[in-house]
Amino acid sequence: MKILVPVKRVVDYNVKIRVRPDGSGVELANVKMSMNPFDEIAVEEAIRLKEKGKATEIVAVSIGPAQSAETIRTALAMGADRGILVRTDQTVEPLAVAKILKAIIANENPGLVIMGKQAIDDDANQTGQMLGALIGWAQGTFASKVELGEGTVDVTREVDGGLQTVSLKLPAIVTTDLRLNEPRYASLPNIMKAKKKPLDETSAEALGVDLSPRLKVIKTAEPPVRQAGVKVGSIADLVAKLKNEAGVL
Amino acid sequence: MIRDPDTLQAFVSQLRRFVEERLIPREAEVAETDRIPPDIVSEMREMGLFGMSIPEDFGGLGLTMEEEVTVAFEFGRTSPAFRSLVGTNNGIGSQGIVIDGTPEQKAYYLPRLASGEIVGSFALTEPDVGSDAGSLRTNARRVDGGYVINGTKRYITNAPHAGLFTVFARTDPDSKHAGGVSAFLVDGGTPGLKIGKIDKKMGQKGAHTADVIFEDCFVPESALLGGRENVGFKTAMKVLDRGRLHIGAVCVGVAYRLIEESLRYAMDRKQFGQPISEFQLVQAMLADSRTEAYAGKAMVLETARRKDLGENVATDAACCKLFCSEMVGRVADRAVQIHGGAGYIAEYAVERFYRDVRLFRIYEGTSQIQQLVIARNMVKEARA
Repeated sequence: MKILVPVKRVVDYNVKIRVRPDGSGVELANVKMSMNPFDEIAVEEAIRLKEKGKATEIVAVSIGPAQSAETIRTALAMGADRGILVRTDQTVEPLAVAKILKAIIANENPGLVIMGKQAIDDDANQTGQMLGALIGWAQGTFASKVELGEGTVDVTREVDGGLQTVSLKLPAIVTTDLRLNEPRYASLPNIMKAKKKPLDETSAEALGVDLSPRLKVIKTAEPPVRQAGVKVGSIADLVAKLKNEAGVL
Repeated sequence: MIRDPDTLQAFVSQLRRFVEERLIPREAEVAETDRIPPDIVSEMREMGLFGMSIPEDFGGLGLTMEEEVTVAFEFGRTSPAFRSLVGTNNGIGSQGIVIDGTPEQKAYYLPRLASGEIVGSFALTEPDVGSDAGSLRTNARRVDGGYVINGTKRYITNAPHAGLFTVFARTDPDSKHAGGVSAFLVDGGTPGLKIGKIDKKMGQKGAHTADVIFEDCFVPESALLGGRENVGFKTAMKVLDRGRLHIGAVCVGVAYRLIEESLRYAMDRKQFGQPISEFQLVQAMLADSRTEAYAGKAMVLETARRKDLGENVATDAACCKLFCSEMVGRVADRAVQIHGGAGYIAEYAVERFYRDVRLFRIYEGTSQIQQLVIARNMVKEARA
């Protein structure tokens, strides 16, 4: 079985995000970029399935500028077999990503798509679900455990209030949560081998997808600076403040 | 050999994460238990860290000197004990074979060293022999089919874990100088080879040294490094430049870590109503440390590049080892000072590093030996 793993190039999780002075977005110039951490978990899960002999090929896909090839190389260094870069310099919204993935799935026929539940840049948490709707596959989102059976996959989901296990018929889409696994570090020998693995490049036009944005960003702003608290003299004071000022009692 | 900035960058950023996420959180555990956890050892194997300097033909990564020091800058950012475990395989424990080994010796040992299947150890120092390697006492007597080795080696890094010892022993009993010394490749567990108790050291807990004792230890003729007698000391000398640059780079890495720790503490710790990083006398210490660390980094990189171009860097490699090891001593001292009372408490990393870095001025040639090497080379060049 072939597994498709979409990987996104995002601002590294260690970077302190700064909003551009004109409020049009966040500063990306000279900022360290890495693979979205949830996507790393997706790549790791796919590799583990392959190591267990349950998958035969892992294809990593990234949609973005030329540098997204580096993100694919990271997936290849971890253990993916080949990559597809859908090159574009435009902003790509979740719906457009889902449409592109749909087109790629039509070409590749994977048995399973494993992807991050969300990217840490826009935190949209939509692509997996939109893709499920577009292609009519079953979806298991927020996975903390994935068990592949014969023609089925059991996905344990992290939901409010606990865990829920769903059994899906393949082909299916799984989106990863934080506790699914701990991704491996790419070794230098594998980083060097990854250079020789195939990486194809295509475009949204070639796949027949219109990328024009459906959403408009009106303003991007830093979160307000936290104000200093106050000390109250007594419990009576506290209760009075909660009642009259905070309005929570 | 990478020779490709993107790939090197990809590896360095993976290593940085590995150091940050896996090694730094385990430092205190390593210091307390005096051992590197087995899961970390196997992760280091998987990442290829044992074979960085071993040629690609033998399963290593064949890093250039510049690439190796770039990696060492990152690796230096955590306890030197982690690096010490892979240090001998990348340095003195393998380079003798890389440089002077016979094709059979290379084919047999290098892939095992590169994968980390065996740890290599370099057995030169003796109870009465340090830098004066010419006065070596351990001897190898020729017998039918091989040699019998007798003698004691001291402070041998990684000896308790080693599967291979590069042993220096006198093969010409009449010679009283370095010319009568040969190098032997002795497998761990060879009858007649004993490992002493693990030494109790001031710092670098988790990195182990011990005595290695040879009592009528028989080795076959094929164990003679390079198949030639009386050139062992020359072999030992050839691996020194690489080792000195490597140690210089590790010192730079540790210095940057100490500066990070100091800066974080200084910005956090408040006295007289403001962070101590606002005080000029603390700022002076931070600035001096940063400047010196940068100078060390620049000289190590420059020398490494020139070594890759094939230039003779013996003098400058000694300069790097001398400056960087002394530099990190000063940086560690300032780091403790900036931490104030906290810097003297074992809970803070700087207390441990302060003890750890003391060794850098001693091993792989003391600062005084480096001074001699540098000055003697200067005089020799001026005379030539």
